[in-house]
Amino acid sequence: MVGTLLMRGMLVGIVAGLLAFVFAKTFGEPQVNHAIDFESRMEAARGDAPEPELVSREVQSGIGLLTGVIVYSAGMGGLFALVFAYAYGRVGNIGPRALSALLAAAALLAIAIVPDLKYPPNPPSVGDPETIGIRTALFFTMIAISIASLTLSVLLVRRLIPRHGLWNASLGGALLFIVLIAFAQLLLKDINEVPAAFPAVVLWRFRIASLGIQCIMWMTLGFLFGYLVEKTMAPRWLYRPASA
Amino acid sequence: MSDIHAGPAAQPVPIPVRTLAPWLIFGGLMMMLMIYFVGAEEGATSIIKGMYVHEYVHDGRHLLGFPCH
Ligand SMILES: [Zn+2]
Repeated sequence: MVGTLLMRGMLVGIVAGLLAFVFAKTFGEPQVNHAIDFESRMEAARGDAPEPELVSREVQSGIGLLTGVIVYSAGMGGLFALVFAYAYGRVGNIGPRALSALLAAAALLAIAIVPDLKYPPNPPSVGDPETIGIRTALFFTMIAISIASLTLSVLLVRRLIPRHGLWNASLGGALLFIVLIAFAQLLLKDINEVPAAFPAVVLWRFRIASLGIQCIMWMTLGFLFGYLVEKTMAPRWLYRPASA
Repeated sequence: MSDIHAGPAAQPVPIPVRTLAPWLIFGGLMMMLMIYFVGAEEGATSIIKGMYVHEYVHDGRHLLGFPCH
């Protein structure tokens, strides 16, 4: 059964990746191209020869982008299915559709939105190659902190529910999450490597496109995975009768 | 939809941890390896020599929000 869930998660991930790719191609690629034009202008102004292309731009923005988004999305879909398999029946009396939607919303918040507030996505030509190690480490640290904070907040909500009810318990959990994230983001090292002359509009649109990709991917995962599980899993795997 | 299930008071059944554990470990690792290849291979760290993987998934890496360059 877990294997079936995992396969299903990966397949839904591939569908989500296809949709995200269409969005990325339409709204993301034009900004990537503006950024690469900026880079070429800077190189020309410095008198540097353009860097040799190992992979052509056509491949990078077509099949390369498609592969990247789909592999990422299938991987996230698989992880999502595993978390779902663990959480189902353990986080209260919610059915598969609602649990799937809630988990996807939590993932969008913890894996994309919160880390991006501190370390936003950057187009090509923004970023110093020398600092890739520290930037990668900080990015993944921020994701880990964000997932841990959300988990703690959910645990707090569960403890508060019996005495304070769902509404107030949820407010308490949200408050804890905001405080933890605010502290983490204050303490973690700042990174700003945007070249002074880089067009602000390109940066803004690139970041919004990146957020859009994440929204589409997680919404598809959340709604489609839950729908399929609810519809196709044998009821004996999903529910036990009240008398049992 | 819920009419095919055991009734309004039916409870969701958790999957036992013993059944879950091997999937969580091996499945989890495999999924993270996939994400790693898109997000960080030949950037901060490298398993395969060269820059081909990095360059091939380059646009995806930037648009999915990973640090690059
Ligand atoms: Zn790059």
